[in-house]
Amino acid sequence: MIRVVDVHKSFGGQQVLKGVNLNFTTGKITTIVGTSGCGKTVLLKHLNALLLPDRGEIFVDDIDITKLRQKELYAMRGRFGVLFQGAALLDSMTIFDNVAFPLREKTRMSEPEMRKKVEDRLDQVGLEGMGYKYPAELSGGMKKRAGLARALVMDPEIVLFDEPTTGLDPVLATGIHQLIARTQQAFGFTGVVVSHTIPQVFEISDYVAILADGVIEEAKPTKEFQASQNPVVQQFIKGEIEGPIRVL
Amino acid sequence: MLSLLTHTGRFTLRQLSEMGRMFLFLLSAIFLAFRPPAKIRLIIHHIKTIGVDSLSVVLLSGFFTGMVMGFQGYYSLRKFNAESWLGSAAALGLLRELGPVLSAFMVTGRTGSAMAAELGTMRATEQIDALYSMAINPIKYLVSPRIIASLIAMPLLTAIFDVVGIYGAYLVGVGLLGVSSGSYFSGMESSVVFNDVYSGFMKSLSFGLIITWVCCYKGFHAPPMATGVSQATTESVVLSFVLILVWDYFLTSVML
Repeated sequence: MIRVVDVHKSFGGQQVLKGVNLNFTTGKITTIVGTSGCGKTVLLKHLNALLLPDRGEIFVDDIDITKLRQKELYAMRGRFGVLFQGAALLDSMTIFDNVAFPLREKTRMSEPEMRKKVEDRLDQVGLEGMGYKYPAELSGGMKKRAGLARALVMDPEIVLFDEPTTGLDPVLATGIHQLIARTQQAFGFTGVVVSHTIPQVFEISDYVAILADGVIEEAKPTKEFQASQNPVVQQFIKGEIEGPIRVL
Repeated sequence: MLSLLTHTGRFTLRQLSEMGRMFLFLLSAIFLAFRPPAKIRLIIHHIKTIGVDSLSVVLLSGFFTGMVMGFQGYYSLRKFNAESWLGSAAALGLLRELGPVLSAFMVTGRTGSAMAAELGTMRATEQIDALYSMAINPIKYLVSPRIIASLIAMPLLTAIFDVVGIYGAYLVGVGLLGVSSGSYFSGMESSVVFNDVYSGFMKSLSFGLIITWVCCYKGFHAPPMATGVSQATTESVVLSFVLILVWDYFLTSVML
C-alpha cells in the first residue's frame, strides 16, 4: 500500500502540489487524471522519491520514504518499475541492452538466464526480434513498449506509468492500455498510471483520482468516479471549457 | 541603495551555493569511483572518446603550435645571437605550459562540450531519472568513469602534443631557418630537467579533472529543455577555459 499524506511541492515560488492526500491499493491500478500541467507527473515522481516533497509524507508499506537514507532509498527504488513519458531509453544502447541493463547492473544473473528473461519480456510487449535495434530506430509506440519491458524486467511490486499513451494514435493508445492491463494481470503489480486519455484509461483502472489546483479533488473506484456529480470531475470527463477548472 | 545591496547579496549567495554544489558533485564522483564494482568497460569506452577521438585535433594543433614556436623562438633568440637555444626554448615552453594548456583547450572543445551536451540531453529526456528509478546511481555510472578516463587520457594526449610540437619547431628551426640539428637537441637535453616534465604532467592531470568535472556538472544539471542543453554546453566550455587558465597560474606559481 502506498499512502501520500499532505504532500506540498513548489518550484521557484510556483506551488504545484498544495496538500495531496491519496492511497494506492496493492495489486490494483490507480489512475491519476487531471489537466495538462496540473502536477500529475510531479506527484508520480514523488512516489519513488525522484522528487522529495517540501512538506508531507509518502509511505510505502508504512515506511516513510521521504526520510530514508540514500542506501535505503536505492533499495526501495528497486521495488519500483517506471515507464517514463518518452520511455527514457538509453540512446547509446540497443533495445536488448536497455532491457537487460537493470539485470546487468543490479543482479548476478548468468548471461543465458538474463538473455532468456529479456527475450521473454520483449515477447510479452510484442517486440520479439527487435532487440538489436537502437531507440532512435523505433516508433513512439515501440519505444513505450520497450520502456515497459525494461520497467517489468526486475519483476517490480509497483509500476509507475507516466502518460503511457501521450503522442500515440487512438488505436495504438488502446493497444498500450491493453498491454498495461494484461501485464498487470500477469505480474500482479500495483500500477499507478498518470494519464489524460479518457475515457479509454478508465477501462484498465480499478481506481481513479483527479488532481486539480494542487489537491486530489476526488478519488474513487472507477465506476463511482465516472458517476460522480463533482463538478470538477464532470467538467474534466466532458471536456468542457466552462466550469471550476480554469483552462485559459 | 538597499535594493543594490540585496541584489549583490543574493547574487553572492547563489554563486557560493553553486560552488558548494559543484564541489560536492566532484567529491561524490571521486568517492563513487573507488566504490566497487569498477566500471572498467565504461572507463575504456571513455578513454577512447576523450583520448583516441581527440588525437587528430591534438596532433594537428600540437604540430602547428610547435611550428609557430619555431618561428617566434628563432625571431626572439636571434636578437641575442642565441638561435642554438631554439630546441631548449621550444621544449620548455611546450612541456611546462603550451602542451598542457592547449591540449586541455582542444579536449574541452572536442570532448568536454560533447559530454555536457550528452548529459544535458539525458537529463532532458529523463534518462538520468530513469537511472535513479532503476536504483542506479547516475553519478557513479555517468560521471566517475569519465573522470577516471580523463585522468588517464589527458596526460597521454599532452605528451603527444609535446612531442609533435617539439618536432614541429624542429622542422621550422632546423629545416627552414638553418638552426643546427645537433644544437637543437643538445640544448633541449641540457636544459630540460625532470621537474619540467613533472610540472606539465601535473597540469595535464588536473586539467583533465577540471574538464570532466565542469562539463559533467553543467550537463548533469542542465535545465530539461533544448535551450538548457545549449546553455549548459556553452557554460561548460567557457568555465573550463577560465578554470584551466586560473589553475594554470596557481600551479605555475607553485611549481616554478
